[in-house]
Amino acid sequence: MSGQSSGCGFLMSVVVHGDSALNEQENELNQQLRRLYPAVNELETPLPRSWSPKDKFSYIGLSQNNLRVHYKGHGKTPKDAASVRATHPIPAACGVYYFEVKIISKGRDGYMGIGLSAQGVNMNRLPGWDKHSYGYHGDDGHSFCSSGTGQPYGPTFTTGDVIGCCVNLINNTCFYTKNGHSLVYVCLCPQPNLYPTVGLQTPGEVVDANFGQHPFVFDIEDYMREWRTKIQAQIDRFPIGDREGEWQSMIQKMVASYLVHHSYCATAEAFAKSTDQAVHEELASIKNRQKIQKLVLSGRMGEAIETTQQLYPSLLESNPNLLFMLKEGLPALVQKDLHFLFCCKTFLNLIHEHDPVLDQINLVFFLCPGCSPGFDGSCCNGVMSSKAHPSPHSHKPCPPGPALLAAAAELSSLNGSHSLQQPNASTDVDMEVDHFTNGVTESSSNGFFNGTSKHGAQTEDCDADMEVESAQSKRQLCGGSQAAIERMIHFGRELQSMSEHLRRECGKNSVNKKMLKDAFSLLAYSDPWTSPVGYQLDSIQREPVCSTLNSAILETHNLPKQPPLAQAVGQAAQCLSIMAHSGSGSCAFAAVDDYLH
Amino acid sequence: TKCVHLSPVSLSEVTATSRHYVDRLFDPDPQKVLQGVIDMKNAVIGNNKQKANLIVLGAVPRLLYLLQQGSSSSELRAECAVVLGSLAMGTENNIKSLVDCHIIPALLQGLLCPDLIFIEACLRCLRTVFISPVTPVQLLYTDPTVIPHLMSLLCRSQRTQEYITQIFSHCCKTPEHQTVLFNHGAIQNIAPLLISPSYKVRMQALKCFSVLAYENTQVSMTLVNVLVDEELLSQVFVRMMQRDQPIDMQLTAAKCLTYMCRAGAIRTDDSCIVLKTLPCLVRMCSKERLLEERVEGAETLAYLMEPDVELQRIASVTDHLVAMLADYFKYPSSVSAITDIKRLDHDLKHAHELRQAAFKLYASLGSNDEDIRKKITETENMMDRIVSGLSESSVKVRLAAVRCLHSLSRSVQQLRTSFHDHAVWKPLMKLLQNAPDEVLVMASSTLCNLLLEFSPSKEPILESGVIELLCSLTQSDSPALRVNGIWALMNMAFQADQKVKGEIVRALGTEQLFRLLSDPDSNVLMKTLGLLRNLLSTRPHIDQVMSSHGKQIMQAVTLILEGEHSIEVKEQTLCILANIADGNTAKELIMTNDDILQKIKYYMAHSNVKLQLAATFCISNLIWNEEDGSQERQDKLRELGFVDILHKLTQASDPNLCDRSDTATHTSLPLSFSFSLHKTDAHKHAHCVVGY
Repeated sequence: MSGQSSGCGFLMSVVVHGDSALNEQENELNQQLRRLYPAVNELETPLPRSWSPKDKFSYIGLSQNNLRVHYKGHGKTPKDAASVRATHPIPAACGVYYFEVKIISKGRDGYMGIGLSAQGVNMNRLPGWDKHSYGYHGDDGHSFCSSGTGQPYGPTFTTGDVIGCCVNLINNTCFYTKNGHSLVYVCLCPQPNLYPTVGLQTPGEVVDANFGQHPFVFDIEDYMREWRTKIQAQIDRFPIGDREGEWQSMIQKMVASYLVHHSYCATAEAFAKSTDQAVHEELASIKNRQKIQKLVLSGRMGEAIETTQQLYPSLLESNPNLLFMLKEGLPALVQKDLHFLFCCKTFLNLIHEHDPVLDQINLVFFLCPGCSPGFDGSCCNGVMSSKAHPSPHSHKPCPPGPALLAAAAELSSLNGSHSLQQPNASTDVDMEVDHFTNGVTESSSNGFFNGTSKHGAQTEDCDADMEVESAQSKRQLCGGSQAAIERMIHFGRELQSMSEHLRRECGKNSVNKKMLKDAFSLLAYSDPWTSPVGYQLDSIQREPVCSTLNSAILETHNLPKQPPLAQAVGQAAQCLSIMAHSGSGSCAFAAVDDYLH
Repeated sequence: TKCVHLSPVSLSEVTATSRHYVDRLFDPDPQKVLQGVIDMKNAVIGNNKQKANLIVLGAVPRLLYLLQQGSSSSELRAECAVVLGSLAMGTENNIKSLVDCHIIPALLQGLLCPDLIFIEACLRCLRTVFISPVTPVQLLYTDPTVIPHLMSLLCRSQRTQEYITQIFSHCCKTPEHQTVLFNHGAIQNIAPLLISPSYKVRMQALKCFSVLAYENTQVSMTLVNVLVDEELLSQVFVRMMQRDQPIDMQLTAAKCLTYMCRAGAIRTDDSCIVLKTLPCLVRMCSKERLLEERVEGAETLAYLMEPDVELQRIASVTDHLVAMLADYFKYPSSVSAITDIKRLDHDLKHAHELRQAAFKLYASLGSNDEDIRKKITETENMMDRIVSGLSESSVKVRLAAVRCLHSLSRSVQQLRTSFHDHAVWKPLMKLLQNAPDEVLVMASSTLCNLLLEFSPSKEPILESGVIELLCSLTQSDSPALRVNGIWALMNMAFQADQKVKGEIVRALGTEQLFRLLSDPDSNVLMKTLGLLRNLLSTRPHIDQVMSSHGKQIMQAVTLILEGEHSIEVKEQTLCILANIADGNTAKELIMTNDDILQKIKYYMAHSNVKLQLAATFCISNLIWNEEDGSQERQDKLRELGFVDILHKLTQASDPNLCDRSDTATHTSLPLSFSFSLHKTDAHKHAHCVVGY
């Protein structure tokens, strides 16, 4: 599940990059829509942004980016009525959807209808007259619900009025607003995929739509707040198991298994003890995993690979061994992907900086500035740390003692002429501190990582921090070392051939291909860190590797590759997406993230 | 028998243990006293019987003594205050006993102590005592140093903030209280609490502002300019009305803005009223809300939009408010009666409140707009509900029902249709027989409208012997009742037959009529003149009334024309003269009165067009061609110089006046103008009444 969701995030971010060409106003609209309907996945269900030039009757004219509608028929009888639908239906994941229409001119008779209709409803009609169609009409103020005869509903409306239509996909109602004042509810038939619709009937009628381009007259966000509160109260009050203690012990099991999964050995031990539970994995095994994860997270890929190969010799076999896999019950693809993923990450680190220590294993590994000292065993974590971030202090090197300065000098001689004058040398010192004096910084960081949980804001702060640092340090590829660059390119070629090998063997893998392409494209930039693909160099990007590796190790031990807690979270998220597909609007206000504080 | 036998035993047992607690308060060892108080504290928590016992056994004076004693340890003093606070949490009788023991000054005195824990305990107890309806709020204001001291304690802790603001909001009942609190800086001291991290503090601070701002222009005007954390107070209130806030907070914030608006500090077209407060209050009326909230919501909304037709129009279409209110009459529901006794009890308790709130809101909604009135009367069973509301036992409901009826009675169409169909006059008349003054005022105002000429209810009301009742109203001490009495008579006399007019004059008595002509209330005077004018219409009636009361009427007219009165009063008086001039024999009363003629001449040259017009009417009637003796009258008036004035008036700028004087100079127009005068008059009366 976590792999799936991270893949999704990956895709999304690519889309965002592509957006840079859009103009300012469209960006603003996108932002506004994302703010109003955060649960909508626009890749699957795009939101209405304008009227459809295709889905309209011929008497309808569109202008001003397909937002203005005017009537161009004869307008003699109701047979001359004409409607237009929006480009897309209203996604259920909106929960509450709203749009407004301003009457620019009431034309001859002011027979305007604002409302909703399903795909395929006759457009030679006003909204509301036919089945699966609803409308509020200006001439008489009546509401039409799939019927040629309207019910007295609200006041009439005319030139200058702003009429809104709010669809509540949670209780299947809709209400209209006039100049910011809500009128009463009308019930809708449970009917997915309704389109915002407007209909006109006499010459001169002109209306403008607002799908979020401008602030709404009606305070829709306040209405949404009410429903968010309602749904959340419903969730909070949801009855849990009747039998006493059952609920609690289940929660405790989930917590314990989570702690074990991510190798928080001490915490897991203490928790299991106090809640009287058994731990299903040997302590030594937990500690091994912990060690590997620590290495991956601190960017020491070489050591990580080495240790993995030592502890789990068969796991990283580059040539897939079918027998082995059948024996171990591991799907081939996962394993190969794992290694590939690993290598790609190594490559990214190569680009990052030069680290001579790892020369021994015939690959050059580089450390990145974002990873800090003090990834001590007890605070190293998997998924959790993906959002846990070092405090501002953790970027600063410890006061260098004489031994460290010596180490720094040694490094600089190894790296040739560049190093000491560059600020990134100090990062190397940092890393050395980590490497040689592991434990010195333990006390300061221990607990911090465990305690810091992932607030989005915090993540952003730290990202910003890192960017600042990168700008200051004028980083160069491989720390500027020519030899290192060559080794990196060599490694890159190896990767390329590995990818081709994988493709021959297992068919095309678009994710792998894309990953490699993105990684290589970093080389095209003089400053890869600030490039559009620079996100790959973020230490956060190591998290999926870490957790995939961890899961793979666990699977070799016949342990679940995911902790039940993560599975529950994943199930909840999946459930929400199924709700969105099946037209249940409450999913809009039940984002799993809201509950993961 | 066993039971009877048992209970006294157990009671005496309880009393014995209670006595033990009290005895321990007198122990010479202070440590033991402290332990005794702590034990007592644990014993009384949640035990009303124990509380009552301890009070009866005299624990309160001893606790107060220990609390006030300088030699007591601060721990002991605080524990005493806690026990007293616990005792206060019991029944109303407990509170009465505590107040009788002078607990309030003792605790207020305690607030001077520097120890915060003790202060908080005192405040908690004071809060409990003051929020009880049996405690006279005045006790907070007897010592003038108390309020400033409480203000200074607001910064001490969240608890002091919560308790003090709660005390203030319960003890601010009159404009004087508002002023005292305002003058001691309540606004500056409490405003920052609106953004306190504690919900309780925010809520109590908000309640404080709602009671401070109610009908208080000074407070309201100050409030609009207050900034809380660089944000305008009104915006803070708007945020508190957001739909995800607790209902109590939304409602109270809406009240604050309503009161500020009604006090003139916020315009009725301000978006925070139109787009925020009004919709919030409409939401409070919805079926989803608790009954209490719906009552408060409806009452506040009624108050908010009472003076503003635009708000009434918006409210009338918002969320189908008119239909939503119909639900207020469905309590207790037939379902609740059978299924759930508790629910039935709850419903019954709120049924009256709900009905009166709905009537009030309907009254407010329908006070100006004809379409809204129509919508209201077309609501299911509306007229029946009003009719039965008029005879409910609860005065509050009766008053609200008659207010609603009055509001709807401003509609000519409703008077002609639904009012008549439902014979609303019957319960209304019954209501008038015996009711408190405030109900009488509303009922008689409504009656005024029902007596309008075009109202089909006028006839049956007349037959029901209403004249005596109205005449008795004119003798009331309340100016509002006098106005309504005479107003109703005036409407009744309009185009009435001789019999009715005679009956009015006889029942009222000339003495009372002339007393009303010198009434200090100008409204009464205006309506009395109106009555006189209506009595003096159509020629035979004019002559008849003038022959019997001519002398007094001429005297009264002279007095008014000479006196210091408004233009409207003088105009009305000149119109009476014009009517007299239209009589056959009555004319002579003017023609032989040179004083009056000089006065008419004076007003024809007056700077006010209305008065000129009325005076000219009068002359025009006197010189009418086709009547006997017109030649002599014309000669006399020519002698007196009226013709010159009329000629001047034909050049006047006012077309109405020009036309009238033209008619007078040529004396060729038929009689119709006298009639048309009455017509104008009628229109004016109807207009006045409807607008009332």
